[in-house]
Amino acid sequence: MKPLILSGLEPLIITPESNFVNVGERTNVTGSRKFARLIQEDKFDEALEVALDQVRGGAQILDVNMDEGMLDGRAAMVKFLNLVASEPEIARIPIMIDSSKWEIIEAGLQCVQGKGVVNSISLKEGEELFVRQAEKIKRYGAAIIVMAFDEKGQADSYDRRIEICERSYNILVSRVKLQPQDIIFDPNIFPVATGIEEHNNNAVDFFEATRWIKENLPGAKVSGGVSNVSFSFRGNNVVREAMHSAFLYHGIKAGMDMGIVNAGMIEVYDEIPKDLLEHVEDVLLNRRSDATDRLLAFAEKVKGKGIEKKEDLSWREANVEERLSHALVKGIVDFIDEDTEEARVKYSSPLKVIEGPLMDGMNVVGDLFGSGKMFLPQVVKSARVMKKSVAYLTPFLEKEKASGSTKGKILLATVKGDVHDIGKNIVGVVMACNNFDIEDLGVMVPAEKILDKAEEIEADIIGLSGLITPSLDEMVNVAEEMSRRNMKTPLLIGGATTSRIHTAVKIAPKYDHTVVHVLDASKSVGVSTSLLSDKSAEFGNLIKSEYNDLAESHKARTGTKNYIPYPEAKRNKTLIDWTKQEAQLPLKSGITIFEDYDLNEIREYIDWTPFFSTWMLKGKYPAIFDNETVGKEARKLFEDAQAMLDEVISRKSLKANAVVGLFPANSIGDDVVVWKDEFEQEELITFHFLRQQGKKAESLPNSSLADFIAPVDAGTDYFGGFAVTAGIGIETLIEEYKREHDDYREIMIKALADRLAEAFAELMHKKVRTGIWGYATAEELTNDELIKESYQGIRPAPGYPACPDHTEKRTLFDLLQVEKNTGIELTESFAMYPAASVSGFYFSHPESKYFGLGKIGKDQIENYAQRKQMSVEEVEKWLTPNLNYEPANG
Amino acid sequence: MNLISDLLKNRILVLDGAMGTMIQRYPLKEEDFRNDDLKDHPKSLKGNNDLLSITRPDIIKEIHRQYFDAGADIVETNTFSGTTVAQADYDLQHIVYDLNFKAAQIAKEVADEITAKDPDKPRFVAGAMGPTNRTASISPDVNDPGFRAISFEELRIAYKQQAEALLDGGVDLLLVETIFDTLNAKAALFAIDEIQEERGIEVPIMVSGTITDASGRTLSGQTTEAFLISISHLNLLSVGLNCALGAKQLRPYLKVLSDNSAFYVSAHPNAGLPNEFGQYDETPEDMAGQIKEFLADGLVNIIGGCCGTTPEHITAIAELAEEYQPREEVVA
Repeated sequence: MKPLILSGLEPLIITPESNFVNVGERTNVTGSRKFARLIQEDKFDEALEVALDQVRGGAQILDVNMDEGMLDGRAAMVKFLNLVASEPEIARIPIMIDSSKWEIIEAGLQCVQGKGVVNSISLKEGEELFVRQAEKIKRYGAAIIVMAFDEKGQADSYDRRIEICERSYNILVSRVKLQPQDIIFDPNIFPVATGIEEHNNNAVDFFEATRWIKENLPGAKVSGGVSNVSFSFRGNNVVREAMHSAFLYHGIKAGMDMGIVNAGMIEVYDEIPKDLLEHVEDVLLNRRSDATDRLLAFAEKVKGKGIEKKEDLSWREANVEERLSHALVKGIVDFIDEDTEEARVKYSSPLKVIEGPLMDGMNVVGDLFGSGKMFLPQVVKSARVMKKSVAYLTPFLEKEKASGSTKGKILLATVKGDVHDIGKNIVGVVMACNNFDIEDLGVMVPAEKILDKAEEIEADIIGLSGLITPSLDEMVNVAEEMSRRNMKTPLLIGGATTSRIHTAVKIAPKYDHTVVHVLDASKSVGVSTSLLSDKSAEFGNLIKSEYNDLAESHKARTGTKNYIPYPEAKRNKTLIDWTKQEAQLPLKSGITIFEDYDLNEIREYIDWTPFFSTWMLKGKYPAIFDNETVGKEARKLFEDAQAMLDEVISRKSLKANAVVGLFPANSIGDDVVVWKDEFEQEELITFHFLRQQGKKAESLPNSSLADFIAPVDAGTDYFGGFAVTAGIGIETLIEEYKREHDDYREIMIKALADRLAEAFAELMHKKVRTGIWGYATAEELTNDELIKESYQGIRPAPGYPACPDHTEKRTLFDLLQVEKNTGIELTESFAMYPAASVSGFYFSHPESKYFGLGKIGKDQIENYAQRKQMSVEEVEKWLTPNLNYEPANG
Repeated sequence: MNLISDLLKNRILVLDGAMGTMIQRYPLKEEDFRNDDLKDHPKSLKGNNDLLSITRPDIIKEIHRQYFDAGADIVETNTFSGTTVAQADYDLQHIVYDLNFKAAQIAKEVADEITAKDPDKPRFVAGAMGPTNRTASISPDVNDPGFRAISFEELRIAYKQQAEALLDGGVDLLLVETIFDTLNAKAALFAIDEIQEERGIEVPIMVSGTITDASGRTLSGQTTEAFLISISHLNLLSVGLNCALGAKQLRPYLKVLSDNSAFYVSAHPNAGLPNEFGQYDETPEDMAGQIKEFLADGLVNIIGGCCGTTPEHITAIAELAEEYQPREEVVA
């Protein structure tokens, strides 16, 4: 027998062995009052949730029905099916387009890319219409449910059922040339126990007709709307559920292939209490004349709520090794202490528990992560379980301290001057999961301390991390220091500003032994494993020669790009006609301080996409939730993030402070001079900007931020700055999570604080545009438009592409008295602490745009050094990544 | 009609390679895309390669000839964007019929000319029907997932016009290709089936989907098998995969088709994956090496090339195809 083959985003192949196919019925306005209300009130989002519940509850096909007099059924069908198409978890299964109106059926067929099912057509209005509709459905590529209905009416007896089905079958197979396996009969399920005697045999007739169809109409399938049968027991779910499963039990035995059922409303046949089952089957099978009365009487006794969903705890029944493995893979901490204790007693040595079941479990986690079957948030939760278990065992370990049992010792640190460590912590967790022993020195660690520690613990690998550009130099310094000490330990380089090319050109040449750039946490495992294997020498040589080639070709390439002399670049500045509009006078100039700003308001401005990328889940918010591979994890992670935000806000455990300042200013060359007041041009402080020097195509300027501020002869202009943080108080939280060995929450709070800081910067910028400065009072933008920066004016940050010199942050901090006003501090590399802080400049002119400085020449560096009253060498040190030449001392 | 399906029983047929890649070899200017009728057209037409069938038929014929000389049994008409939907970008909806008719005609001329020289190896023309630049089951607006930039009905009408013009111009078969949204393809198949009924003919139809990345799914989210199921309601000549991936990456999905398809199976992969400059740089030898694997495993009946492939690639592929037996039909 050929199977019925359907598809949504995935195939559904219905063979005789498929047992029974559940068709979800809650997305039906005639069958579900809740769904009907949602559609009528245009709450399609919630209506989609209903569909999702059906899928999650085990529906294999989704029945959609919009036949309701008050509705524009056709429009509702199209809208709902289009929305379903954008929810992969729902669209995974085939759609059953359920309507008694042909125009709704056809509109539905035009919305589904898969092979669905039409429910239904019949001979009700004659053979010609039936044939036309069937031909069209065939051309759309769908299976067809045929109702046992003809010109004379609906089949209500065994004989009428088989008569109509046989006639329909013959027409479809010989005239329409439909494949028999695409025909599904609905021989009408009618209520029983209605008190009307003629209804008593309704279920039996259905079963018998089903049996006849399966024997006599080859290939055809049988379906039906099951809940109809228990219509007289509405309100008594215990009886209804029992009736449904008993009906299905007998229907399936007769050959029923699929049915429209509420997947959540079926009792397991074997679990129906024997006495109830007997009463129900008496009715269904029409076994005794008083069956209806007896069931009605019995029903009164068993009124109840029906089945409840229970958490699946069956894994608790496995042995302790499997339970530990399950807890690790699923990240469940609830039973970890008792399971660890049981294992400790069983293994007689706590060390053996770690090396045995715990490591085995973590190996499973490592493998799943390596093969893309687990995602970072899950792995971090697994690590939390591991740490809790180890913490439980620690008091028992005493002198039995683990040694040599791991793959190797890795020393991690964020370099001096840098405070960013989310990525480094993730690397630590992932590597620990892969059986490396991790020693993490934290942030702002000087070279000397890193290398002393490495020698002390005999580290097998040193990993350096950093996020801001000055950290690149510090990494070079560490490499030089390692050479000086004659060390041989392999060095790993990672973090947002690092790159393979920088590692190859700047770091690797300083150290004779292996230096490798690792892109992210998942790469670090493979690289470290290779470095510590017996082929490490070959691997090291391979990397060395690869980096040599890279450095060579880089050298060959530099100089090929065209640069123009600095004076020429200055002449090709961004042209702004300052006579066109007057400078925007701020509504409130000078400094404005915001202390302990409402986090609830800031939260509204969060751009979630980077949050997911921190956790190595790729995709845009909110579409990421629909992603086939990471969607589910992304949603979980998001829910955890929301819960943590709620907690942070209610406990007031983080504090957000900000300072903004708007000042009269003018550009003088590539400097922006801030005046003490707008009438007398007396210098308060001066910012120094840089200018692009790459050769531009015709009519494109060599930009500098200074271009966006009016020159002195155009009259006084205005310029602003800001610094915001959402990380005040974060240390307390981090210490708390560290105490609980909870990497997951530690990384989460840091990632959230970062997001809040960025959101706070967005919010402040809006406040400035629409209020404090007030040059865009009429602006009304959604959060999405804010994220896309569809507003007037920019807020570039010192240290980033348009103005890569981090040292300008010092000037900004002086102008706004940031330390005093917000609590943010600067490290010696001009990183901000707490890390969840953002600072930058405000430019309001409509022509102001973000740009990347690119590389610049020595002529500009010399001029800049003079302007900043710094030595050329020092400027070169801060701007290393932007030099188009090799500095003398580099 | 069934000459082609007879041939398929006995050997692997070879489809041509990329049209765009070959056109890029000619230094074309705006005026090459214009003729008298189009000389005052307000929009820039350079890059609208389908127009060349009208404005520079010499070039298109030369490319067809090169592919036939390389060993292709079937060439595709230069009509990848030949629907009113795709031509709307250039405001050229009104010339769509002519575009397809002319493209079919010149391809057929070249095919007939070469068949006449070597009657033992008949050459065929497939009318290429591209995906259009709109999707019927995906919203272009992330904030409004229920929105559609085009309806099934609009696509059906556009495809019907294209298919009619291609058939009128003399193509031997139709190729609905580079399908990234199955619903678009279903509209094309619906239109073709209507023509079959209206004209009382049977057209050999090739259908070729595109798996966009290693997830193994079409852009509209279907697995390869679900895609196959969704287009199996017509009696097709072949179903296959093209574009997006190179031969090596295509193999697992081709295997799925080969295992489950009741029709012949085709493949025309890209010359590898684009490098960092967006160019395809797999050499004919590299590509043939990978294609050899699925010929050896008997996965395909029709083989050719998509983006980045050239007559040199097709020569290498055609030589290989001769050495191997075609995939055997699955008795469904």
